[in-house]
Amino acid sequence: MSVLIKGGRVIDPANNIDQIGDLFLSHGIVASLGEEPAGFSPDETIDARNLIVCPGLVDLQARLREPGEEHKATLETELTAAVAGGVTTVCCPPDTDPVIDTPAMVQMIKQKARAIGLAHVYPIGALTRNLAGQQLSDMAALGDAGCVAVGNADQSVDNTLLMRRAMQYAATFNLNVFLNALDPWLKGNGCVHEGEVSTRLGLPVIPEAAEVVALARELALLETTGASGHITQVSCARSVEKLAEAQTRKIAVTAAVSAHHLHLSEQDIGEFDTMCHVIPPLRSVQDRDSLRVALADGIIGAICSDHQPHRLDAKLAPFSESSPGISGLETLLSLALKLTEEQIVDLPRVITVLTAGPARILGIDAGHLSPGARANVCVFDPHIEWRVDATEFYSNGENTPFNGEILKGRVMFTVVDGSIVYRNRHH
Amino acid sequence: MKSLIQFDQDGRLTHFLTIRGLNRETLSEILDDAESFISIGERQIRKVPLLRGRTLVNLFFEDSTRTRTTFEIAAKRLSADVINLNASRLSTNKGERILDTIRTLEAMHTDIFVIRDNASGTSHLLAEHMPPHVHIINAGDGRHEHPTQAMLDMFTIRRHKKDFGDLRVAIVGDILHSRVARSQIHALGILGTRDIRVIGPRTLLPTEIERLGVNTFSDLDEGLEGVDVIMMLRLQLERMEGQLIPSSQEYFRRYGLTTERVRRADPDVIVMHPGPINRGLEIASEVADGENSLILEQVTNGIAVRMSIMAKVMDGQNSSQEADK
Repeated sequence: MSVLIKGGRVIDPANNIDQIGDLFLSHGIVASLGEEPAGFSPDETIDARNLIVCPGLVDLQARLREPGEEHKATLETELTAAVAGGVTTVCCPPDTDPVIDTPAMVQMIKQKARAIGLAHVYPIGALTRNLAGQQLSDMAALGDAGCVAVGNADQSVDNTLLMRRAMQYAATFNLNVFLNALDPWLKGNGCVHEGEVSTRLGLPVIPEAAEVVALARELALLETTGASGHITQVSCARSVEKLAEAQTRKIAVTAAVSAHHLHLSEQDIGEFDTMCHVIPPLRSVQDRDSLRVALADGIIGAICSDHQPHRLDAKLAPFSESSPGISGLETLLSLALKLTEEQIVDLPRVITVLTAGPARILGIDAGHLSPGARANVCVFDPHIEWRVDATEFYSNGENTPFNGEILKGRVMFTVVDGSIVYRNRHH
Repeated sequence: MKSLIQFDQDGRLTHFLTIRGLNRETLSEILDDAESFISIGERQIRKVPLLRGRTLVNLFFEDSTRTRTTFEIAAKRLSADVINLNASRLSTNKGERILDTIRTLEAMHTDIFVIRDNASGTSHLLAEHMPPHVHIINAGDGRHEHPTQAMLDMFTIRRHKKDFGDLRVAIVGDILHSRVARSQIHALGILGTRDIRVIGPRTLLPTEIERLGVNTFSDLDEGLEGVDVIMMLRLQLERMEGQLIPSSQEYFRRYGLTTERVRRADPDVIVMHPGPINRGLEIASEVADGENSLILEQVTNGIAVRMSIMAKVMDGQNSSQEADK
């Protein structure tokens, strides 16, 4: 199948390209940009005038709920949501049921995703067996099965020596270590940032120090082991400072931030809005602003959706008992684009942190449109305004604090391996 | 904005969930009306027909004797039918259960729910999911608020002191876990209190509490200097010892209210406590039973104040009903 994406503004940050031109896809790969390849005859032509054509988005963290929590969502529903959000590559954390700590699990998820034929799925392997933080997982075998990174999802590895050995072992097999920096004791049963809002609402806290203390430990271990680490989410200004310092010292550490942490703060919790219950918690406005600056400065290299679909019941509970998480795949691009509206970053930078940035963190060949690359493409209209209506989400999760908000920028077409897997039915 | 949830479309108070966001006029009305209800308790027939034919459910997911009983008496004095339910919540699927429970009870045509729960925000959650003719009164939600307690405290203060604008008030003890303290701080602030102090060790003072308009002290003697009102809080020793405070002995030495310490305050100081008191832990017996103590009067006042609050949230409906006649 051949597809011609005609007349769009092609932004491909990895190749420093930002130009109006035609993109030619054939046999599942990018054939060329600008010049029509000899003998090219498109099966389908997308009129991309006034649209932006960029690499398909790479999301470093999305819960797809399968296997184990199919009552919440399935690979099929969530991968449909992914491509509707322009996402063509998704990493899923290992905290499925069963845990992704065996090659069989990795293969099962990859095969199932391949059969569905929407976005590509990269399972993150478990760092410790059953995520229990007690014994190393069979990381080399997980790597052979296709994992490019290992991590412990949001389970802590309390034993510092074990974490050090896990990093050393992962580094032996060139596996990136995904780290969720949150000290389990300081986190406790907390659910909100320690600050004015927690004091007013009387909710148990996750102090900033819970992240900073854990981050300091992981950075010290990364430095001495030489492993490559990725902090799956940062939420506060102090973490940004620590990361910047570590990167200056050439410690191999990258970081991502969720789209919601770039827009919301503890104040959005208002009077117990459980849609704003997320972990790490939404922090102060100053923290949010420093995350934005860090994203612009390159200290943070990727925006993730931290997609966590829930049934609505999970949010109909007293705040501390509600399930944390936001259904984020279908608002990821628009929320990221909002940063350009607010002049935090420019458009090429936004596209970088959604495509080439996360691909580089993962160390995979994705997130660019070089000739010969897999034809994973997102075509979006940066001008369309739409009202978020969670009941219209493709995701099974309707849990979003952005419901009813007007956002700008909509995915019109998503192409995976040269096939158009999503067409916007609204516009 | 969700913080307006306790008001109906016409701006009338329809639930009583939090003191925060109420104005001085509303608080004064509740206190004034409570004055008139006090006399009912002193009559031979202690009943008025204000809520006749109405049903009130006391739904307590947390143990309580004092608060539940005063709500029950208050409702009965207003001629409401009262059902007491001491429910317990299982640790799984709590949210679903609590909403289901209350919807079931709502289907039985309950007018007022008095809710106590150990999670902050439960009464907000329930208020959000109730039809407009159902009223929720928060009888304590987690560490968030206990607004009727704060109102009875304000009522008690007002009966003994002239003007809040002249008062120095100290709130002493476990501020961190106290829903009473949070409601008291809001109420005192709204009523224009000159100086609100919170006193406790740093492990029991929530972060940024100053932003609620209080001055913080970790030295009890210093904090009590010249105050007109001392409001003690109950210490939940069983879940704190060794974690938030080292021992009850050490706590009492530093933060226990003794006769000597009361002398640092104004000579006419009044001492209050929401109860039940821990004698010898946060307060010495001679202070609890002493001449400055209003602890039992608080209980009596609690009935009138709760009558006033029930009448207030039902106000819109009663008047519309009268208009129908």
